Amino acid sequence: MLTDFVPLFLMMALALGLALSLLKLHQLLGPKRPNLIKTAAYESGMDPIGTARERYSVKFYLVAMIFIVFDVEVVFLYPWAVSFRDFLAADAGLGVMMVVSFFILVLGIGLLYDIKKGGLEFE
Amino acid sequence: MDLTNIYASLPADLVATFSMVLVALVALALVVWDAFRNNAPGIPWAGVVALGVAIVWELFALGDAPGTAWYGMVRTGGFAAFVNIVVLIGALLSIILSVPYLREIRHAHGEVYAIILFATVGMMLLGTANNLVAVFVGLETMSISLYILTGLVREDEGATESALKYFLLGAFSTGFFLYGIALLYGATGTMDLARMSEGLAAGENLVMFWAGVGLLLVGFLFKVSAAPFHMWTPDVYQGAPTTLTAYMSTATKAATFASLILVLYAALPPERWTMVLAVIAVLTMVVGNVLAIAQQNVKRMLAYSSIAHAGYVLVGLAAGTPAGYAGALFYLLVYSIMNIGAFGVMALLEWDGKEGQTQTLNSLAGIGPRKPLLGATMVVFMFALVGFPPLGGFWGKVAVFAPAVEAGLTWLVIVGVLASAVSAYYYLRVLYVFWMRSPEDEPEAAAVQDRVFAVPVTSAAVLIVCVVLLLYFGVRPGGILETTASFFAGPGASMALLP
Repeated sequence: MLTDFVPLFLMMALALGLALSLLKLHQLLGPKRPNLIKTAAYESGMDPIGTARERYSVKFYLVAMIFIVFDVEVVFLYPWAVSFRDFLAADAGLGVMMVVSFFILVLGIGLLYDIKKGGLEFE
Repeated sequence: MDLTNIYASLPADLVATFSMVLVALVALALVVWDAFRNNAPGIPWAGVVALGVAIVWELFALGDAPGTAWYGMVRTGGFAAFVNIVVLIGALLSIILSVPYLREIRHAHGEVYAIILFATVGMMLLGTANNLVAVFVGLETMSISLYILTGLVREDEGATESALKYFLLGAFSTGFFLYGIALLYGATGTMDLARMSEGLAAGENLVMFWAGVGLLLVGFLFKVSAAPFHMWTPDVYQGAPTTLTAYMSTATKAATFASLILVLYAALPPERWTMVLAVIAVLTMVVGNVLAIAQQNVKRMLAYSSIAHAGYVLVGLAAGTPAGYAGALFYLLVYSIMNIGAFGVMALLEWDGKEGQTQTLNSLAGIGPRKPLLGATMVVFMFALVGFPPLGGFWGKVAVFAPAVEAGLTWLVIVGVLASAVSAYYYLRVLYVFWMRSPEDEPEAAAVQDRVFAVPVTSAAVLIVCVVLLLYFGVRPGGILETTASFFAGPGASMALLP
């Protein structure tokens, strides 16, 4: 059964080899004429200011966490929404609706808690 | 795909897993409550009421025939009810002990109790899971809640360190666990525990199967802190708030061992892994007991002792017979009670969270006569942990050691008995220092004279309940032993647990 995977491994090796060899080739063949502007760190066209290793407020992580929660929620909801017609056809619409509503309710409680505790307040 | 009536079993499922659903819903309600009324004093007691109702519900389910709910994901019936009761009792007693303790260390957040309830839901799912996916979800719900509880005192470096250590190592072991599940699924083509051994018989992927079993065992043994996967235990148990250590050292072990029993019993051919578990049991008992001798801090000593107790339970599992599993279940119940009691006493002998990590046993010299209730209950808990006859710990050890002898593992039992003889030294040394030393003998003890907690009525009640239960298990273990044995008996012997 492992032989079934040989084409897959071949493709992975090919992809890796291509990527690495392209990197190396460009390093070998490309012209190199560095100057001050070219070697500066790229900061969206602005002149770079200060260090990149700043300390962020922990609030950013809270926002990021809430974002991930609702991001994952959407991952669950897309397939659910796509197959909802099948559920309706099978007369299971109400049960499915209840289960998903509960799921969203739980997430909503989390958001409510976060807002109430001041997780989204930047002072 | 036929979707007709897929929710027809919903009401029946809700009733079958009522206690789990109840605890989860109350935990959600507590989160909302805490959001609107910050740290309301009623929050822990609402949790206690929910846990109490759940325990009573499960007590009535003890005699039920095995079955499944939620499309074969969760197991119901006597075995599940027993595991749930152990977990729920652990959570209940720990919450009652935590209320005054967390207030004293100024971390009485309402969320703590919601998180304890969430962890309890995870444990109930883990202990009753009938499917590897449910096992995993339960394990993670439990673990993530425990990581948060460990780092509760976030100003304290020791607590933060132990939480980070627990999280990193726990996440790593989860990786092993998940990979094991993947390999088992690859080898057998099913996630269902009951159908796993059939799947193995049909397929020929033996190497993949045993690699999966090995990785799965690593995940389980990490969570129950069996040697050589025990390294995190002392640090985490010492760094976490003491009453929460009581919770995570008892309910966690009960749920994880229950799940391990289900996996071993239902999914794996029995003859192969006996020797693996026996060797791990020997390692665990020796490492736990020998290292506990050297500890100066009682919390750390109790952490090593909990490693040793995981070893005793593994002796029952290594026997690989229904009697061994039944004994292990009984042992988990007794162990939960005596360990919560011991940690509860230690919580009341601290005066802030940090002191629990740095407090030495010698600084508590002569505490017995000054705090007679704590001193006296500690005598019971220590003797029970040693396994002295009039107390529950004795029957617990009998229940796991006797089946191992019957299964031909006499050498393992000899090691176990020797190890528990070693354990008498460090358990009884606590009592020696508590009762027979006076503060004048110990320079360290002078500093703590007047800084111990007043003992709240609720905590005293919990300790006394633990003592009474241990005496009851010691004097009349018969009924409970018969109950645990009945989960594995019946027509068709080894299939009785399967729905």
